[in-house]
Parts: sequence; C-alpha cells; structure tokens
Amino acid sequence: MTPNRTDRQDNGKLGNPRPNLAVNFAGIRSPNPFWLASAPPTNCGEQIMRAFDAGWGGAVWKTIGEPVVNVSSRYSSVDWNGQRMMGLNNIELISDRPLAVNLREIAEVKRRYPRNAVIASLMVESKREAWHTIVAQAEDAGADGLELNFGCPHGMSERGMGSAVGQVPEYTEMITAWVKEKARAPVIVKLTPNISDIRVIARAAKRGGADAVSAINTINSITGIDLDTLTPRPNVDGKSSHGGYCGPAVKPIALNMVQQVAADAETAGLPISGIGGIATWKDAAEFILLGCGTVQVCTAAMHYGYRIVEDLIDGLSNWMAEKGYSSIEDFRGLVVPKVTEWKHLNLSYKIVAHIDEAKCIGCELCYIACWDGAHQCIHVDRVSGPEDGHVELHATPASVEAVTRASITVTPIPKLDGSANGHGATPLARIPRVDETECVGCNLCSLVCPVENCITMVEVATGKTAETWAERSSGECAAPGREG
Amino acid sequence: MENFSGNSEIAARFGDLHPPLTAQAALLEANRCLNCFDAPCMGACPTHIDVPRFIGKIARENLRGSALTILDANVLGASCSRACPVEVLCEGACVLHRYNKKPIEIARLQRFAMDAFHRAGGRLPLKSAEARVEKIACIGAGPASLACAAELRQWGFNVTVFERRALPGGLNTYGVAEYKLPARASLEEIELIKALGVEFRYGVEIRTQADLDELEQDFDRIFLGVGLGAARRLGIPGDEHRDVIDALEFITRYKTADPPQVAKSVAVIGAGNTAIDAANAARRLGAENVAILYRRSERHMSAFAFEYEHAKQEGVQFLWRVIPVQIHADASGIRSLECAQARVNDSGVLEAVEGTDFHFDCQQIFYAIGQSPLLDLLSSVRGIELSHGRVLVERVTGLTSNPKYFAGGDCVNGGREVVDAVADGKRAGVALAQAFELFTTEDTESTEKGVRT
Repeated sequence: MTPNRTDRQDNGKLGNPRPNLAVNFAGIRSPNPFWLASAPPTNCGEQIMRAFDAGWGGAVWKTIGEPVVNVSSRYSSVDWNGQRMMGLNNIELISDRPLAVNLREIAEVKRRYPRNAVIASLMVESKREAWHTIVAQAEDAGADGLELNFGCPHGMSERGMGSAVGQVPEYTEMITAWVKEKARAPVIVKLTPNISDIRVIARAAKRGGADAVSAINTINSITGIDLDTLTPRPNVDGKSSHGGYCGPAVKPIALNMVQQVAADAETAGLPISGIGGIATWKDAAEFILLGCGTVQVCTAAMHYGYRIVEDLIDGLSNWMAEKGYSSIEDFRGLVVPKVTEWKHLNLSYKIVAHIDEAKCIGCELCYIACWDGAHQCIHVDRVSGPEDGHVELHATPASVEAVTRASITVTPIPKLDGSANGHGATPLARIPRVDETECVGCNLCSLVCPVENCITMVEVATGKTAETWAERSSGECAAPGREG
Repeated sequence: MENFSGNSEIAARFGDLHPPLTAQAALLEANRCLNCFDAPCMGACPTHIDVPRFIGKIARENLRGSALTILDANVLGASCSRACPVEVLCEGACVLHRYNKKPIEIARLQRFAMDAFHRAGGRLPLKSAEARVEKIACIGAGPASLACAAELRQWGFNVTVFERRALPGGLNTYGVAEYKLPARASLEEIELIKALGVEFRYGVEIRTQADLDELEQDFDRIFLGVGLGAARRLGIPGDEHRDVIDALEFITRYKTADPPQVAKSVAVIGAGNTAIDAANAARRLGAENVAILYRRSERHMSAFAFEYEHAKQEGVQFLWRVIPVQIHADASGIRSLECAQARVNDSGVLEAVEGTDFHFDCQQIFYAIGQSPLLDLLSSVRGIELSHGRVLVERVTGLTSNPKYFAGGDCVNGGREVVDAVADGKRAGVALAQAFELFTTEDTESTEKGVRT
C-alpha cells in the first residue's frame, strides 16, 4: 500500500482545494516532496517500507557499494539550552550490508510501493567499470533514480571516495560523465559543503551531465570534548574522528548553498534536492522557496521517527492552501531573486524599533543587548525622564543595576504591605524606550525579545530616494574606501 | 554537627513539601530562565541574590559557581531556598507571570545548587586572608547573627556567637515547619559557618546589664540578633491549663524533641504563618479535627495566601470572626473552647456579640497571636532606642543609637522572614567591617599593586 495523505484529504481548512504535493523531480515522480536522505533511516527495505507507510514520498537508500566495516559509537550531538540534538554528528560509513541484499530489497520495495520514489545512493572506487557496474545493478533492481555520493566527509574520503571526489571539480565531472554513459535513470550528484564555493562543484556536475544535484551533505565537525575524560566525541575507545555535522544547526548554511546553486547562471534550472536541518514543514517551505524540487530529511527522523512526515505534509498543505498555491511548482524558487549581493540593497531604507508597552514583560533584555551589543539607543528612563541623544547622557547598565543592589527590600506582609509581584502590569520603570533618533534599525532588540510581536521594526520615511551602493559608487558621489 | 539525630517518625510524616529537582529537571528549568537584565527577582529578594546568574550557572553546569553566587549574597542560601515565601518574593516578581507562563522555580533551583554544594563538601570562601584583631560578639544564633558572623569572619574578624539554647539556628532550626526546612538541614548549613572559624557558645543566656557589661569589656562591637521573646498569652479564663500551648513551642518540640502527643481535636488561635504551621503539624501528627480560629475575616489574616491554601489542603478548618471567651476543662483535660462571634463596634474596636456564644469541642489549644519583644534584655542596653519594643537602627548599617551595638532580624523588624534577618545581619556585617576600615585598606593595596605593575 502506498498511502498518500494529500490524495486522501479532499479539502483544505480554508475551503481552497487541497493542494497537490506530487512532484516530478528531474523525471523522478514522487507523491510528495518529502524524501528520507541517504542515512541510517534508509538502511534497509523493512525500514523504508515503514517510512512509506508513514507517508514519506521517497527515500534515498543508504549508500551502496562495496560493503564496509563500521565502528561502534558512531554519533554525537550538540545540545543547546536544554534541548537535545541541535546538531548531530556521525562517523558511520556507507552501508555495511552485502550489496546483493541491498539490491534484492530495493527490488522488493519497488514491487510493493511502485508509486514511491526509491533512489539508490552509490559510491564505489573511482574506476569507470566499477561505476558502470553499480549503475546497472541499481537500475536492474528498479531504482527510480541514482544519487552519487560525492559528499561523505569521513572515512570514505580517506579511501579516495566521497568528498575526496566532491571537492575536486575535475573528478566530479569525470565520474558523473562515466555514470551518465551508462545510466537510464535520472542522476543526482550530492554536493559536499566542505569546499570554499559550492557553485564550482555544481557546475562540474552539470558539465558531467547530471540531471540534478542534492545539497548539502554533512559538514566536517568535532561536536565536543568530554571534559571529564578529555576525549573527543563520539568516543571510540579513547579516540574520535572528524564527523559529518547535520541537524537544525546546519540549516542556514544549507539554505545559503542551495540559493547559490539556484541563482548561478551556469546551473540555473538544474533541479535541486534540498538537504540540511529540515525538521518541519516551515523548513521545507523555505528550501522550496529557494528553488528545491524535493527536500531530504534525516536528523529529525532519527530523533523522532518517521511519524514526523505527517505534519510535514499537513503543515505544508495548510500553508499552501492559505497562500493559494495548488502545487509545489507554484511557489518553488520564488525567493531566489530576492537574495542579492549586498551592493544592490537600498541604502535609503530605514527602520526603527518599536516597543509595544502593553506586551512588554519588563525583562530588559533589549536594553542590555542594545547597550552592549548594538548602538546604545534603548534606555530605561521612562520614569526619570526621557533624554534622547548620545550615550553620555544616559545611565549605563552598571549604574542601573547598582541602584537595585543598593536598595533595601523586605518580605511583604500581606495585610501591611500589600503584594508586590509580577502578576500585575509591567511597571513603567521597567519598560524600555527606544531613542529613535539614534536607532540604526539593526533588529537585535526584536531578536532577543522573548515576547512575540512586542518589539517590531517599523519603517520610517527618510525622504531619500532609493539608492544602492552599486549606484552610489558608480555615480559622482561615490566614496571609495569607505566601510562596506 | 551538634548531638542531633532527628526522629524517623517526624521524617516520615513531614516529607518535603517541595521535593528536590533531579539534575535533568534542574537543567530544563534553568534553561527556561530569560536571564532578565537588572532582574526583578533579584530586586525582590531582600538579600539581592543574583538569581539569573546562579540559574545560568546551573544551566551551564557550573554548580560550584552557582552555589557561590548564592552564598555571596546570602550565607543561608540553603535554608532560604526552602523556607522563603518565594510566592511573594523572587518567584512572585518573575516576569513570566506577565507572559502567561509559569514563573521560574527559583527556590527549587537554589536548593538544587546548594544541595550539590553541600554534597561536594563545599566550604565558604574567605574574603580576606588577613587576620584581624577586632572581636565581635553576636547575641543569638539565629539567621541575623549567623549572617553577620559569617560576613565578619570572612573578612578575618574574630566572632563569637552566644546562644541560650543547645543548638544554633534560631527559628531556622526550631521554628520552621519541618516539611519546609528540616532541623537537620538548618544545622548542616551552619556547619559551614563554623568551619570558617566562628566560635559558638551554647547555653549562655545574656539577660542583664551585668552580662552586657562583661561582653562590652571583651568585645569591640556587639550585634543584637536576639529575635523576639515569649508568645502573647490568650488572657482568658482557663489559659493556664497545661494543654494550652504556645504554637511555636509545639513546633520546636516536634522538630527537636520526641513527637508530642496530639489530641483528637485541636483549636489554633491566630491566623499568621505560625498558626498555620502549627495547625498543619497537628494534622500530620494525627489530630482528626484542627480548626484555626481568628477574630477577623479572611482578608485580614497575616498568613500568606499560599499558606492559607496549603492549610486547607492539609484538612485544616477555618472559623472567621470568632473571639475565644473561656476554656472549659475537667479532671480529664480540656473539654471545649467557648467562643463568641466578633464584630467591629462603632469605635472600631473588636468585641464579642452577646448571645452568640458557642463551644468548640477540643482537647488541646495552640495559641499563635504574636510574640512579645525581649524587653528585659533590650532595656538593659545603655542608650539604645526602642520603638514599640523594636530596636531602632540605621537601615543600611544596622547601627543602633549606641555606637557599640548593631542589631538586625526580628528584634528590629518585629518578626519577618528568615531572608529579612539574613539581609539585616549581612548589612550589619558589611558595615562593621567597613567601620574597621577594612575596605579602605584593601582598596589602597590593590591600587598600589596596580600602579606597581
């Protein structure tokens, strides 16, 4: 059975027709854009069939090739503020199962789930015959597409495979071309981020004939060191090795690289399968807006299981219905042109921070952030009397805190002192104020404010016509050598 | 620790009202803290513990640093974490109240840090390596004196604490409900102050002018942390009966001696926090029927709202606007407490309404209607000004009108919380150290060093 939740539900909540999430990615058809990335969740047929039952549209099989031997103790993670696995690191190699078993299971999965996409991830030694052989084997098993693993940053790269290929444009082009000599199924080249400019490799893949790219593979990393034993993680008998970093922490890096490939003139139009920290429908929407035709998920599924696909589908469908998009193509790539070089940004655009007094809870995080991390234009002087202007006029954070430390406080006795606590409205003395004449509109206060929509950035008219740095530096008023 | 073993029955009946946090729970809770600037919780704490700082250190697994942050502001950080009415202090001030969220569990986090510190055998740090010749006496070994003594000792002074009872800690050891602060925990904490080198003399009662003269001879300054005196009596016929018991005395007895026999039905007179502690204890020790009788209404009670709620959960009943009139007893013991309905008359005075008398059947009566000041002692101090039985002091320093004497805690504030006493004692300790020009010397030295290097 291949349940397809988008087909089962006929109408969206808003009355719009339920969007169709089906995609055709470089010729690979999938009931939705959500694929499991080549990784432990796609290690065997039994897993992948359960994933398809849960609703995943496709799966990229854990890389097959000559079986390897893996170490015990393979993952380590970075926790953040009490949350587990903000970032995950692994030193597991490609599949350690016999090739024949993997191929037999690919065939079995395709037989039982003909509508779901099964992509074989491949990695063999850099010999034309070896690649021809594995391509033929994967296609004979029924794979809908082939993903060339030129990105694995650990272990395999020491043997001249994985990112050892993906870091050299000539190798990438050559091996892609070998594969294309043989392949009938679409070929996806998986790009490594462990390179200075990902566009160089994407261009090489295209020159080699790739039908698509996927990005990004994991990032070289050491997640941390056990400060009791002084052992790096993951600990393999007292030692560790550089691993591949993934999970929510890498998403911004992945988005940037995806956008670079999508916007590059040489690779424009080359389908991209987005990978890197995707855990929610919002993440997926962002990758698609930057040009991805499908998205691949690993860490979130390793953390919570295949069941997360339910809300990936549901959340994305609801958002699309709300926006009036009926298919993925309706919004794919819309944001690519909105990312530009800095020199094309409008220098005349001005925003300032606005604090909603009714929402402010009085934490004063915006105040200290502005003083120590920005431009000293938020003050706690509503009671003492607002004074706009330069820093010297205002009480410094240290002097504000000193007043509290020097104050004498006693425990209130209910019938004598009334109650002084945080239940009432925020006292005026604790609500910070923005000096709009000094505010540069950096956004920092609105980022640190814990209350949603309490600090908003409001556009103010400057009376100036729009002008970019490019325009200014090409005109007469150009000021070369200024900061930029 | 002094010869104090505690009692297993009491331990079983008075388990922690707020159980300790596990390490994982503490980490999660600590990470909820917003780390406010100039945090309201810090401002609301009488000792101004830097709450976001110590909580942040828990979040970053720097537990020693966390405990030292607490202790730097409040040397009784462990007992305060258990005994403080945080609902009206730090946790009450938490900004998360205004964001429809649960305030940070500051007290339990503080206890977590302090428990870890004690478990690791932590010691209080010295603030000066220099030994001083000046000697200071602290009268009373309650929270105010302990805070004053610790502060002075950390600066190198010689401090002796005089205590009339057998154990140190004052109300911390003898008077806080065991489910909040076990006597054992109070004593463990004081071990740290002893380890600093503060000398404790027990069973020494300072009462007369002659006692004070002797102290004045031997010590350069004297800190009065004497607390309050005897409980006010009911002053009604029959109140001499042996089963009419001072509520605080009852609490002391169950905490530090054998568990007392509790009657089937107990009346508690008064509606302050002590009355509630005693009523709850009576329930936990087996009384079937416990009622708090108060002459005014609910909104006039001096107990905190959360204490009132807790008492109701423990099964304590409340009778409002009731005046005790007479205690009836026979050979077998108390039979009943005769009461009348109260009303405020035209001149604003409470009076019994005629013809409303009723009998509340009980065999024991606890009274908690306030404590009298220790007038016999305080009036023996030459040149010390009192007001309504309280010692008048300069708020910032605790200096009395006799320059040889400083004072703090209940004898100054009329009876507030442990944390208020600690704040008083610490301020006095800092002021005393400053008076001996300690800080001036320190500053000069560091400046000189700075110039040289």
